[in-house]
Amino acid sequence: MTHEESRETTGPEPHLSPRERERFDECVLPYLDAAYNLARYLLRDGHQAEEAVQEAFLRAIRHFGGFRGADGRAWILSIVRNTCFTQLRRRRSGGAMVEFDEEAHSLEAELSAPEADLARAIASESVHEGLGRLAAEFREALVLRELEGLSYKEIAHVMGVPIGTVMSRLARARKQLLLALGAGAKESV
Amino acid sequence: MASAHVFDRLSAFLDDELDPVASGEVSQHLESCPDCSAALARQRELGENLRRDLEYHRAPDLLRARVMRDLRAAGRRDAVRSGPAAQAWRWLGAAAAVIAVGGGTWIVATLPRERPDAATAREAVSGHIRSLMANHLTDVASTDQHTVKPWFSGRLDFSPPVTDFAAANYPLVGGRLDYLQDRPVAALVYMHRMHVINVFVWPMSDAHEGIAPALTQRGFHVIHGTRAGMAYWVVSDLNAEELAAFAQLLAAPSGKP
Repeated sequence: MTHEESRETTGPEPHLSPRERERFDECVLPYLDAAYNLARYLLRDGHQAEEAVQEAFLRAIRHFGGFRGADGRAWILSIVRNTCFTQLRRRRSGGAMVEFDEEAHSLEAELSAPEADLARAIASESVHEGLGRLAAEFREALVLRELEGLSYKEIAHVMGVPIGTVMSRLARARKQLLLALGAGAKESV
Repeated sequence: MASAHVFDRLSAFLDDELDPVASGEVSQHLESCPDCSAALARQRELGENLRRDLEYHRAPDLLRARVMRDLRAAGRRDAVRSGPAAQAWRWLGAAAAVIAVGGGTWIVATLPRERPDAATAREAVSGHIRSLMANHLTDVASTDQHTVKPWFSGRLDFSPPVTDFAAANYPLVGGRLDYLQDRPVAALVYMHRMHVINVFVWPMSDAHEGIAPALTQRGFHVIHGTRAGMAYWVVSDLNAEELAAFAQLLAAPSGKP
Protein backbone atom coordinates (compact mmCIF):
# COMPACT_ATOMS: atom_id res chain seq x y z
CA MET A 1 0.00 0.00 0.00
CA THR A 2 1.41 3.39 -0.88
CA HIS A 3 1.70 6.27 1.47
CA GLU A 4 -1.02 8.17 -0.37
CA GLU A 5 -3.48 5.31 -0.26
CA SER A 6 -2.97 4.71 3.40
CA ARG A 7 -3.67 8.24 4.47
CA GLU A 8 -7.19 8.95 3.52
CA THR A 9 -7.29 12.65 4.11
CA THR A 10 -8.68 13.62 0.75
CA GLY A 11 -11.92 12.51 -0.83
CA PRO A 12 -15.43 13.71 -0.16
CA GLU A 13 -16.13 15.67 2.99
CA PRO A 14 -17.56 13.26 5.50
CA HIS A 15 -21.26 13.78 5.84
CA LEU A 16 -23.97 12.01 7.77
CA SER A 17 -27.67 12.76 7.48
CA PRO A 18 -29.53 12.91 10.81
CA ARG A 19 -30.83 9.39 10.18
CA GLU A 20 -27.37 8.07 9.41
CA ARG A 21 -26.00 9.83 12.46
CA GLU A 22 -28.59 8.11 14.60
CA ARG A 23 -27.66 4.75 13.11
CA PHE A 24 -23.96 5.45 13.50
CA ASP A 25 -24.51 6.30 17.18
CA GLU A 26 -26.32 3.02 17.60
CA CYS A 27 -24.20 0.62 15.52
CA VAL A 28 -20.65 1.98 15.62
CA LEU A 29 -20.07 4.53 18.37
CA PRO A 30 -20.62 2.04 21.22
CA TYR A 31 -17.44 0.27 20.07
CA LEU A 32 -15.11 3.23 20.54
CA ASP A 33 -13.62 1.56 23.62
CA ALA A 34 -13.16 -1.72 21.75
CA ALA A 35 -11.57 0.18 18.88
CA TYR A 36 -9.12 1.95 21.17
CA ASN A 37 -8.31 -1.22 23.07
CA LEU A 38 -7.46 -3.08 19.87
CA ALA A 39 -5.38 -0.20 18.51
CA ARG A 40 -3.59 0.11 21.81
CA TYR A 41 -2.55 -3.54 21.78
CA LEU A 42 -1.60 -3.49 18.10
CA LEU A 43 0.44 -0.28 18.16
CA ARG A 44 1.55 -0.51 21.78
CA ASP A 45 1.48 3.26 22.16
CA GLY A 46 -1.34 5.33 23.57
CA HIS A 47 -0.80 8.40 21.46
CA GLN A 48 -0.50 6.50 18.19
CA ALA A 49 -3.53 4.46 19.10
CA GLU A 50 -5.56 7.64 19.61
CA GLU A 51 -4.52 8.95 16.22
CA ALA A 52 -5.25 5.66 14.49
CA VAL A 53 -8.70 5.42 16.06
CA GLN A 54 -9.61 8.96 15.14
CA GLU A 55 -8.47 8.33 11.57
CA ALA A 56 -10.43 5.07 11.48
CA PHE A 57 -13.60 6.77 12.71
CA LEU A 58 -13.22 9.47 10.06
CA ARG A 59 -13.01 6.72 7.47
CA ALA A 60 -16.00 5.01 9.01
CA ILE A 61 -18.02 8.24 8.84
CA ARG A 62 -16.96 8.74 5.24
CA HIS A 63 -17.91 5.22 4.19
CA PHE A 64 -20.90 4.73 6.45
CA GLY A 65 -23.24 5.04 3.49
CA GLY A 66 -21.82 1.77 2.20
CA PHE A 67 -22.29 -0.08 5.48
CA ARG A 68 -25.21 -2.44 5.10
CA GLY A 69 -24.34 -5.14 7.58
CA ALA A 70 -25.73 -5.68 11.03
CA ASP A 71 -22.42 -6.10 12.80
CA GLY A 72 -21.11 -2.62 13.48
CA ARG A 73 -18.51 -3.90 15.90
CA ALA A 74 -16.75 -6.16 13.39
CA TRP A 75 -17.06 -3.41 10.78
CA ILE A 76 -15.41 -0.66 12.82
CA LEU A 77 -12.80 -3.04 14.24
CA SER A 78 -11.79 -4.09 10.73
CA ILE A 79 -11.29 -0.44 9.78
CA VAL A 80 -9.30 0.15 12.95
CA ARG A 81 -7.07 -2.87 12.44
CA ASN A 82 -6.42 -1.96 8.80
CA THR A 83 -5.44 1.55 9.85
CA CYS A 84 -3.13 0.13 12.51
CA PHE A 85 -1.50 -2.40 10.21
CA THR A 86 -0.84 0.30 7.65
CA GLN A 87 1.06 2.17 10.35
CA LEU A 88 2.87 -0.97 11.46
CA ARG A 89 3.95 -1.80 7.92
CA ARG A 90 5.28 1.69 7.50
CA ARG A 91 7.21 1.22 10.74
CA ARG A 92 8.51 -2.23 9.81
CA SER A 93 9.68 -1.53 6.31
CA GLY A 94 9.62 2.16 5.59
CA GLY A 95 6.46 1.94 3.53
CA ALA A 96 6.91 -1.24 1.51
CA MET A 97 4.18 -3.83 1.67
CA VAL A 98 5.11 -6.88 3.70
CA GLU A 99 2.71 -9.77 3.88
CA PHE A 100 2.40 -11.48 7.20
CA ASP A 101 3.93 -14.95 6.93
CA GLU A 102 2.74 -17.21 9.70
CA GLU A 103 5.42 -19.80 9.01
CA ALA A 104 8.17 -17.22 9.23
CA HIS A 105 6.79 -16.05 12.58
CA SER A 106 6.57 -19.47 14.10
CA LEU A 107 9.21 -20.35 16.63
CA GLU A 108 11.51 -23.19 15.65
CA ALA A 109 11.26 -24.51 19.12
CA GLU A 110 7.54 -24.82 19.05
CA LEU A 111 7.46 -28.46 17.98
CA SER A 112 10.31 -29.72 20.09
CA ALA A 113 9.86 -27.73 23.29
CA PRO A 114 9.07 -29.98 26.19
CA GLU A 115 5.63 -28.78 27.07
CA ALA A 116 6.02 -29.86 30.63
CA ASP A 117 8.67 -27.17 31.17
CA LEU A 118 6.12 -24.56 30.28
CA ALA A 119 3.79 -25.41 33.09
CA ARG A 120 5.09 -22.84 35.52
CA ALA A 121 5.38 -20.33 32.73
CA ILE A 122 2.71 -17.92 33.56
CA ALA A 123 3.81 -16.91 37.00
CA SER A 124 7.24 -15.55 36.16
CA GLU A 125 6.66 -13.17 33.29
CA SER A 126 3.51 -11.15 33.05
CA VAL A 127 1.23 -12.14 30.21
CA HIS A 128 1.33 -8.54 29.15
CA GLU A 129 5.06 -8.66 28.47
CA GLY A 130 4.73 -12.02 26.77
CA LEU A 131 1.98 -10.73 24.54
CA GLY A 132 4.13 -7.77 23.57
CA ARG A 133 6.73 -10.13 22.15
CA LEU A 134 4.33 -11.77 19.71
CA ALA A 135 3.79 -10.65 16.13
CA ALA A 136 0.99 -8.08 15.88
CA GLU A 137 -1.19 -10.58 13.98
CA PHE A 138 -1.02 -12.97 16.93
CA ARG A 139 -1.69 -10.22 19.47
CA GLU A 140 -4.68 -9.20 17.42
CA ALA A 141 -6.13 -12.70 17.41
CA LEU A 142 -5.73 -13.05 21.18
CA VAL A 143 -7.15 -9.63 22.00
CA LEU A 144 -10.19 -10.18 19.79
CA ARG A 145 -10.81 -13.60 21.27
CA GLU A 146 -9.93 -13.16 24.93
CA LEU A 147 -10.72 -9.49 25.58
CA GLU A 148 -13.52 -8.89 23.08
CA GLY A 149 -14.90 -12.41 23.24
CA LEU A 150 -15.55 -12.54 19.49
CA SER A 151 -16.43 -15.77 17.73
CA TYR A 152 -14.12 -17.15 15.05
CA LYS A 153 -16.58 -15.98 12.43
CA GLU A 154 -16.51 -12.44 13.79
CA ILE A 155 -12.72 -12.47 14.05
CA ALA A 156 -12.53 -13.69 10.45
CA HIS A 157 -14.73 -10.75 9.47
CA VAL A 158 -12.50 -8.26 11.31
CA MET A 159 -9.25 -9.67 9.93
CA GLY A 160 -10.59 -10.34 6.45
CA VAL A 161 -9.36 -13.94 6.41
CA PRO A 162 -11.07 -17.37 6.26
CA ILE A 163 -12.20 -18.99 9.52
CA GLY A 164 -9.55 -21.70 9.08
CA THR A 165 -6.88 -19.01 9.25
CA VAL A 166 -8.37 -17.65 12.46
CA MET A 167 -8.26 -21.15 13.90
CA SER A 168 -4.61 -21.74 13.05
CA ARG A 169 -3.57 -18.22 14.01
CA LEU A 170 -5.12 -18.52 17.47
CA ALA A 171 -3.59 -21.95 17.98
CA ARG A 172 -0.16 -20.61 17.06
CA ALA A 173 -0.63 -17.45 19.09
CA ARG A 174 -1.42 -19.47 22.21
CA LYS A 175 1.48 -21.84 21.70
CA GLN A 176 3.89 -18.99 21.12
CA LEU A 177 2.66 -17.08 24.11
CA LEU A 178 3.09 -20.14 26.31
CA LEU A 179 6.57 -20.53 24.86
CA ALA A 180 7.42 -16.88 25.39
CA LEU A 181 6.27 -17.09 28.98
CA GLY A 182 8.08 -20.40 29.45
CA ALA A 183 11.31 -19.02 28.07
CA GLY A 184 11.12 -16.22 30.60
CA ALA A 185 10.64 -18.76 33.36
CA LYS A 186 13.63 -20.79 32.31
CA GLU A 187 15.90 -17.78 32.04
CA SER A 188 15.08 -16.75 35.54
CA VAL A 189 15.80 -20.17 37.07
CA MET B 1 -6.35 -40.37 16.17
CA ALA B 2 -2.75 -39.11 16.16
CA SER B 3 -1.71 -36.77 18.96
CA ALA B 4 -0.20 -34.19 16.63
CA HIS B 5 -3.47 -33.91 14.77
CA VAL B 6 -5.45 -33.37 17.96
CA PHE B 7 -2.85 -31.03 19.34
CA ASP B 8 -3.49 -28.52 16.57
CA ARG B 9 -7.18 -28.56 17.34
CA LEU B 10 -7.01 -28.04 21.08
CA SER B 11 -7.21 -24.29 20.77
CA ALA B 12 -10.39 -24.41 18.69
CA PHE B 13 -11.76 -27.16 20.95
CA LEU B 14 -11.21 -24.87 23.93
CA ASP B 15 -13.09 -22.08 22.16
CA ASP B 16 -15.94 -24.45 21.30
CA GLU B 17 -15.41 -23.69 17.64
CA LEU B 18 -15.00 -27.23 16.27
CA ASP B 19 -17.83 -28.92 14.42
CA PRO B 20 -19.56 -31.68 16.42
CA VAL B 21 -17.72 -34.53 14.69
CA ALA B 22 -14.25 -33.06 15.21
CA SER B 23 -15.14 -32.05 18.73
CA GLY B 24 -16.22 -35.62 19.52
CA GLU B 25 -12.95 -36.97 18.17
CA VAL B 26 -10.93 -34.62 20.33
CA SER B 27 -12.95 -35.45 23.46
CA GLN B 28 -12.41 -39.13 22.87
CA HIS B 29 -8.69 -38.69 22.34
CA LEU B 30 -8.32 -36.58 25.48
CA GLU B 31 -9.66 -39.41 27.63
CA SER B 32 -6.68 -41.57 26.73
CA CYS B 33 -3.92 -38.99 26.22
CA PRO B 34 -2.47 -37.28 29.31
CA ASP B 35 -0.13 -35.10 27.21
CA CYS B 36 -2.95 -33.55 25.24
CA SER B 37 -5.06 -33.17 28.40
CA ALA B 38 -2.20 -31.31 30.07
CA ALA B 39 -1.71 -29.11 27.01
CA LEU B 40 -5.42 -28.26 27.02
CA ALA B 41 -5.24 -27.35 30.70
CA ARG B 42 -2.32 -25.00 30.04
CA GLN B 43 -4.15 -23.29 27.22
CA ARG B 44 -7.21 -22.91 29.39
CA GLU B 45 -5.11 -21.42 32.17
CA LEU B 46 -3.47 -19.06 29.69
CA GLY B 47 -6.88 -17.79 28.61
CA GLU B 48 -7.91 -17.21 32.21
CA ASN B 49 -4.70 -15.31 32.86
CA LEU B 50 -5.14 -13.13 29.79
CA ARG B 51 -8.68 -12.22 30.72
CA ARG B 52 -7.70 -11.53 34.31
CA ASP B 53 -4.38 -9.71 33.83
CA LEU B 54 -4.64 -7.80 30.58
CA GLU B 55 -5.89 -4.29 30.95
CA TYR B 56 -8.87 -3.30 28.85
CA HIS B 57 -7.91 0.13 27.57
CA ARG B 58 -10.94 2.40 27.42
CA ALA B 59 -10.92 5.31 25.00
CA PRO B 60 -9.47 8.43 26.68
CA ASP B 61 -11.80 11.41 27.11
CA LEU B 62 -9.88 13.50 24.63
CA LEU B 63 -10.16 10.86 21.91
CA ARG B 64 -13.88 10.59 22.58
CA ALA B 65 -14.19 14.37 22.32
CA ARG B 66 -12.32 14.37 19.01
CA VAL B 67 -14.49 11.63 17.53
CA MET B 68 -17.64 13.40 18.72
CA ARG B 69 -16.38 16.61 17.16
CA ASP B 70 -15.78 14.82 13.84
CA LEU B 71 -19.28 13.40 14.04
CA ARG B 72 -20.82 16.77 14.76
CA ALA B 73 -18.87 18.26 11.88
CA ALA B 74 -20.09 15.51 9.55
CA GLY B 75 -23.65 16.35 10.56
CA ARG B 76 -23.34 19.94 9.38
CA ARG B 77 -21.42 19.74 6.18
CA ASP B 78 -22.04 23.29 5.06
CA ALA B 79 -21.15 24.83 8.36
CA VAL B 80 -17.89 22.93 8.35
CA ARG B 81 -17.02 23.96 4.84
CA SER B 82 -17.70 27.65 5.03
CA GLY B 83 -17.26 28.58 8.68
CA PRO B 84 -14.06 30.26 9.80
CA ALA B 85 -13.39 27.25 11.96
CA ALA B 86 -12.98 25.09 8.88
CA GLN B 87 -9.78 26.83 7.85
CA ALA B 88 -8.48 26.51 11.34
CA TRP B 89 -9.08 22.78 11.17
CA ARG B 90 -7.20 22.47 7.96
CA TRP B 91 -4.37 24.41 9.41
CA LEU B 92 -4.32 22.54 12.66
CA GLY B 93 -4.77 19.07 11.28
CA ALA B 94 -5.81 17.04 14.25
CA ALA B 95 -7.08 19.85 16.45
CA ALA B 96 -9.79 18.83 18.82
CA ALA B 97 -12.25 21.62 19.39
CA VAL B 98 -12.68 25.29 18.71
CA ILE B 99 -14.61 27.67 20.83
CA ALA B 100 -14.97 31.15 19.50
CA VAL B 101 -15.75 33.61 22.24
CA GLY B 102 -16.14 37.34 22.06
CA GLY B 103 -12.84 38.88 21.06
CA GLY B 104 -10.66 35.80 21.17
CA THR B 105 -10.59 32.31 19.81
CA TRP B 106 -9.61 29.45 22.07
CA ILE B 107 -8.41 26.16 20.89
CA VAL B 108 -8.09 22.76 22.47
CA ALA B 109 -5.80 20.84 20.24
CA THR B 110 -3.74 17.76 20.05
CA LEU B 111 -1.16 17.77 17.32
CA PRO B 112 0.86 14.94 15.96
CA ARG B 113 3.97 16.98 15.25
CA GLU B 114 5.98 19.62 17.03
CA ARG B 115 4.56 23.10 16.48
CA PRO B 116 6.20 26.41 17.21
CA ASP B 117 4.12 26.69 20.38
CA ALA B 118 4.92 23.15 21.42
CA ALA B 119 7.93 24.33 23.37
CA THR B 120 5.78 26.76 25.35
CA ALA B 121 3.18 24.05 25.93
CA ARG B 122 5.90 21.76 27.19
CA GLU B 123 7.14 24.43 29.57
CA ALA B 124 3.60 25.03 30.77
CA VAL B 125 3.08 21.31 31.41
CA SER B 126 6.39 21.14 33.24
CA GLY B 127 5.30 24.10 35.35
CA HIS B 128 2.05 22.35 36.11
CA ILE B 129 3.81 19.12 37.10
CA ARG B 130 6.32 21.05 39.22
CA SER B 131 3.52 22.76 41.08
CA LEU B 132 1.99 19.40 41.96
CA MET B 133 5.24 17.62 42.81
CA ALA B 134 7.06 20.17 44.89
CA ASN B 135 4.18 20.82 47.25
CA HIS B 136 4.36 24.37 46.04
CA LEU B 137 1.04 24.93 44.41
CA THR B 138 0.50 28.43 45.70
CA ASP B 139 2.53 31.31 47.11
CA VAL B 140 -0.63 33.07 48.07
CA ALA B 141 -3.43 30.76 49.08
CA SER B 142 -6.67 32.59 48.84
CA THR B 143 -10.00 32.16 47.20
CA ASP B 144 -10.41 35.92 47.16
CA GLN B 145 -9.48 37.53 43.88
CA HIS B 146 -9.02 40.83 45.73
CA THR B 147 -6.24 39.24 47.77
CA VAL B 148 -4.56 37.37 44.93
CA LYS B 149 -4.45 40.20 42.42
CA PRO B 150 -2.65 42.73 44.66
CA TRP B 151 -0.22 40.04 45.72
CA PHE B 152 1.10 39.89 42.15
CA SER B 153 1.38 43.63 41.77
CA GLY B 154 4.52 43.98 43.86
CA ARG B 155 6.15 40.99 42.22
CA LEU B 156 5.51 41.30 38.49
CA ASP B 157 5.80 44.15 36.04
CA PHE B 158 2.28 43.49 34.82
CA SER B 159 -1.07 42.95 36.43
CA PRO B 160 -2.73 39.67 35.48
CA PRO B 161 -6.53 39.62 35.42
CA VAL B 162 -7.71 37.53 38.37
CA THR B 163 -11.28 36.30 38.57
CA ASP B 164 -12.83 33.70 40.83
CA PHE B 165 -15.17 31.28 39.06
CA ALA B 166 -16.48 29.52 42.15
CA ALA B 167 -20.03 30.09 41.01
CA ALA B 168 -19.33 27.91 37.98
CA ASN B 169 -17.54 25.32 40.12
CA TYR B 170 -14.06 26.43 39.16
CA PRO B 171 -12.97 28.12 42.38
CA LEU B 172 -9.78 30.14 42.54
CA VAL B 173 -7.49 28.65 45.19
CA GLY B 174 -4.48 30.91 44.90
CA GLY B 175 -1.59 32.19 42.86
CA ARG B 176 2.16 31.89 42.62
CA LEU B 177 5.07 33.05 40.56
CA ASP B 178 6.51 30.81 37.93
CA TYR B 179 9.11 31.16 35.23
CA LEU B 180 8.22 30.39 31.60
CA GLN B 181 9.57 31.57 28.27
CA ASP B 182 12.54 33.15 30.03
CA ARG B 183 10.41 35.48 32.09
CA PRO B 184 8.50 35.55 35.37
CA VAL B 185 4.84 34.82 34.84
CA ALA B 186 1.73 34.71 36.97
CA ALA B 187 0.35 31.27 37.75
CA LEU B 188 -3.29 31.28 38.83
CA VAL B 189 -4.50 28.10 40.43
CA TYR B 190 -8.07 26.85 40.13
CA MET B 191 -9.77 23.65 41.15
CA HIS B 192 -12.52 21.70 39.48
CA ARG B 193 -13.71 18.73 41.53
CA MET B 194 -10.39 17.13 42.51
CA HIS B 195 -8.47 18.47 39.52
CA VAL B 196 -5.92 21.26 39.71
CA ILE B 197 -5.87 23.78 36.89
CA ASN B 198 -2.86 26.02 36.38
CA VAL B 199 -3.31 29.18 34.33
CA PHE B 200 -0.06 30.80 33.27
CA VAL B 201 -0.45 34.45 32.26
CA TRP B 202 1.97 36.96 30.82
CA PRO B 203 1.79 39.93 28.47
CA MET B 204 2.18 39.34 24.75
CA SER B 205 3.61 42.36 23.01
CA ASP B 206 2.55 41.40 19.50
CA ALA B 207 -0.61 39.80 20.75
CA HIS B 208 -3.00 39.50 17.88
CA GLU B 209 -6.05 37.96 19.39
CA GLY B 210 -7.01 34.77 17.75
CA ILE B 211 -5.87 31.32 16.86
CA ALA B 212 -2.83 29.86 18.48
CA PRO B 213 -2.17 26.15 18.43
CA ALA B 214 -1.84 24.20 21.64
CA LEU B 215 -1.00 20.67 22.59
CA THR B 216 -1.78 17.65 24.65
CA GLN B 217 1.36 16.54 26.39
CA ARG B 218 2.17 13.77 28.80
CA GLY B 219 -1.49 13.21 29.48
CA PHE B 220 -2.24 16.84 30.30
CA HIS B 221 -4.49 19.02 28.23
CA VAL B 222 -3.22 22.42 27.30
CA ILE B 223 -5.38 25.25 26.06
CA HIS B 224 -3.86 28.41 24.74
CA GLY B 225 -5.60 31.69 24.21
CA THR B 226 -4.76 35.33 23.77
CA ARG B 227 -6.93 38.09 25.07
CA ALA B 228 -6.50 41.77 25.85
CA GLY B 229 -2.74 41.68 25.39
CA MET B 230 -2.23 38.67 27.64
CA ALA B 231 -1.19 35.16 26.71
CA TYR B 232 -2.94 32.42 28.66
CA TRP B 233 -1.77 28.84 28.93
CA VAL B 234 -4.22 26.59 30.75
CA VAL B 235 -2.98 23.18 31.89
CA SER B 236 -4.79 20.38 33.70
CA ASP B 237 -5.49 16.68 33.72
CA LEU B 238 -9.16 17.58 33.63
CA ASN B 239 -11.00 16.21 30.60
CA ALA B 240 -10.87 18.37 27.50
CA GLU B 241 -14.51 19.38 27.49
CA GLU B 242 -14.58 20.66 31.05
CA LEU B 243 -11.26 22.38 30.57
CA ALA B 244 -12.63 24.03 27.44
CA ALA B 245 -15.64 25.20 29.45
CA PHE B 246 -13.24 26.72 31.94
CA ALA B 247 -11.28 28.42 29.16
CA GLN B 248 -14.53 29.89 27.96
CA LEU B 249 -15.05 31.46 31.39
CA LEU B 250 -11.53 32.86 31.32
CA ALA B 251 -12.01 34.28 27.86
CA ALA B 252 -15.05 36.29 28.90
CA PRO B 253 -14.77 36.81 32.66
CA SER B 254 -17.10 39.76 32.80
CA GLY B 255 -19.50 38.75 30.05
CA LYS B 256 -22.54 36.69 30.71
CA PRO B 257 -21.96 33.31 29.08
